Amino acid sequence: MPAPRTIPFDYPAPKAGAAAALPGAGLPWLDALRAEGRQLSADGLPGTRMEAWKYTSLAPLAALAFPPPGEPVAEAEPGAGAFDTIGGPALAFVNGRLDARHSRLDTLPAGLRVRGLAQALSDDPAQVEGLIGDTVPNGDPMAAFNAAFAADGCIVETAPGAVVDEPLRLRFAAAPGSGPLAWHPRVVVRLGAGSRLALIESHEGLAGEATWSNPLVDVGIGAGAALSHVKLQAEGAGAYHTALTRTALAADARYESHLLALGARLARHEIHIRFDGEGARCLLHGGYMARGSQHVDNTTVIDHRVPHCESREVYKGVLDDTARGVFQGRIVVHRDAQKTDGHQLNRTLLLSPKAEIDTKPELEIYADDVKCSHGATAGEPEADQLFYLRSRGLDLRTARALIVEGFMNELLEAVGHEGARAVLLAQVAAWIGEARP
Amino acid sequence: MLKIDNLHASVDGKPILNGLDLEVHAGEVHAVMGPNGSGKSTLAYVIAGREGYEVTDGSVTYRSEDLLAMSVEDRAKSGVFLAFQYPVEIPGVGSATFLKTAVNAARKHRGEKEYDAMEFLRLVKEKRAALGIDDGMMRRALNVGFSGGEKKRNEMLQMALLEPALAVLDETDSGLDIDALKVVADGINALRGPERAMLVITHYQRLLDHVVPDRVHVLAQGRIVRSGGSGLAHELERSGYAGLGLEPSAAA
Ligand SMILES: Nc1ncnc2c1ncn2[C@@H]1O[C@H](COP(=O)(O)OP(=O)(O)OP(=O)(O)O)[C@@H](O)[C@H]1O
Ligand SMILES: [Mg+2]
Repeated sequence: MPAPRTIPFDYPAPKAGAAAALPGAGLPWLDALRAEGRQLSADGLPGTRMEAWKYTSLAPLAALAFPPPGEPVAEAEPGAGAFDTIGGPALAFVNGRLDARHSRLDTLPAGLRVRGLAQALSDDPAQVEGLIGDTVPNGDPMAAFNAAFAADGCIVETAPGAVVDEPLRLRFAAAPGSGPLAWHPRVVVRLGAGSRLALIESHEGLAGEATWSNPLVDVGIGAGAALSHVKLQAEGAGAYHTALTRTALAADARYESHLLALGARLARHEIHIRFDGEGARCLLHGGYMARGSQHVDNTTVIDHRVPHCESREVYKGVLDDTARGVFQGRIVVHRDAQKTDGHQLNRTLLLSPKAEIDTKPELEIYADDVKCSHGATAGEPEADQLFYLRSRGLDLRTARALIVEGFMNELLEAVGHEGARAVLLAQVAAWIGEARP
Repeated sequence: MLKIDNLHASVDGKPILNGLDLEVHAGEVHAVMGPNGSGKSTLAYVIAGREGYEVTDGSVTYRSEDLLAMSVEDRAKSGVFLAFQYPVEIPGVGSATFLKTAVNAARKHRGEKEYDAMEFLRLVKEKRAALGIDDGMMRRALNVGFSGGEKKRNEMLQMALLEPALAVLDETDSGLDIDALKVVADGINALRGPERAMLVITHYQRLLDHVVPDRVHVLAQGRIVRSGGSGLAHELERSGYAGLGLEPSAAA
């Protein structure tokens, strides 16, 4: 039997009253967008016969029964957050809803504007329409769910020229609750020309319960502006995480993505980069660590539409037990995008003979004067390295742990914000410390 | 301290050591010389316990224990140290972090108190000053991008910190400039003592001018073919291995 193109998914429609409870209900453009999303999502979840989902099956997600969207969510305690130590402005979403008690917007640095989605929709619906009112991005199946059911989110903006020193934290926490819960946060980030911002996005959960988070993060970086985007995904063992981050760069803009993916039963981090202006650069660093039967998928699409842009991708991870990793990296260089400089590297340490990684680089190059390359390695920690460390008295376990930590640290050393970097390094160390003897 | 009897060892099924005998007592420094490919590094690896170096016959006794029965790390913790001919790069692992982990593993094994960060820093500072290693190197990843000479000095720093009972130095002098050679030789001499033994593998008399050995052995085709006092090294320097009736580069 051929794999299905889509997986039937009985995701409940909002109840009559609840639909009206979604923020901005009644705005014609938003109702239309939601209807479009609902229509697309009614086809179900993408199946493994779809090229982009070949290695990642959402069948276990389809088996879960979620309550209808728009139902009120009880207040819950999310516990401490991984980046609490950093301080500064923060938005917290607990079980998908903006939680004012755990947010800190009273001390916003100059030039930074942050609003909850509901707030923005009631204050200035026309502006929000300009930001999210277009059709479902790429007709993307997961973005369709987000368009249809986003009940919360935020809009982050920097003024032209603003250099924001303190990072802004966006925390999405699952609190111990009852039964499966899903959320589809919509985040919009717009950087004014020449401005700078560091964004720290985290997805955390203590609960072992089934949750599905399906964030759509839409980033626009103005000319000469720079965004450093740290993302930690450390949800509980029952969680599903399907994220789409899409970033458009104007001329001379810079985007850095530093992802560390540790959690969830199944996680997919999809990043789309679009170069709209010349001289822009992006750096995508992705780290993943998975064990047990976890599945972690990193899928990137880099769209070089204009000349003289540079993209760098390094994805490194560690897989243990029967964990599975996926890396799909597509680089498209359009005919006019001469002098494109694009490099991609995927390296995986396999700590168990049953751990697996599928790597699929895809270079589509239509210009003739470009520098593009890709590479991939996967294997056990090197015998030479293990022997060297053991010959200094480290036992096998410690030697392996040190090699694994070094492997990941190499990637995280590039995180510019010292506090954020320290948190990520500690997360890596804790992951290693949890290994079974 | 170390007694090797009729040692036969193969790598990938290829016999490399063919009946090697060697005894080193506490307090002694022995030099091992010999043509390229004669099996010197193989001997060092067998002593350290590297995987893939299969002992097919003979025995190695260390402080009256069967060394070959011990794991790599247990050998190290009980005082065996190998300074590598080619030290291995460990990306992402800070040199200082690694040193502290290694030294504390040894101290813990000996039932001594582990060093805290401050104590350790002080100790490292003192030892690295003696070896002319700057602090910048300590902050870099272990051996990554180190020059040949820096790697060798770093091996000596590890030796100085781990204070082994039996040190095997595999061509530690190769790749060192003249001043560094002197510094490293001083480091080796500083560790000489009645409780320690050393096996110094080298191609050159230079090092042995500074570190005068008690015995010199010539290894060829997997066995010790000649042993003598420190004068033997001078003799080799003059007439080469051919003067001993050996083929030059007798690897094959
Ligand atoms: N993995 C291997 N497979 C086959 N032969 C090997 C392997 N490793 C080492 N050898 C061979 O074993 C022999 C001894 O090598 P060894 O490194 O011990 O020599 P050496 O005396 O240290 O030489 P040098 O002075 O050049 O350092 C060489 O002929 C080498 O090619
Ligand atoms: Mg050698």
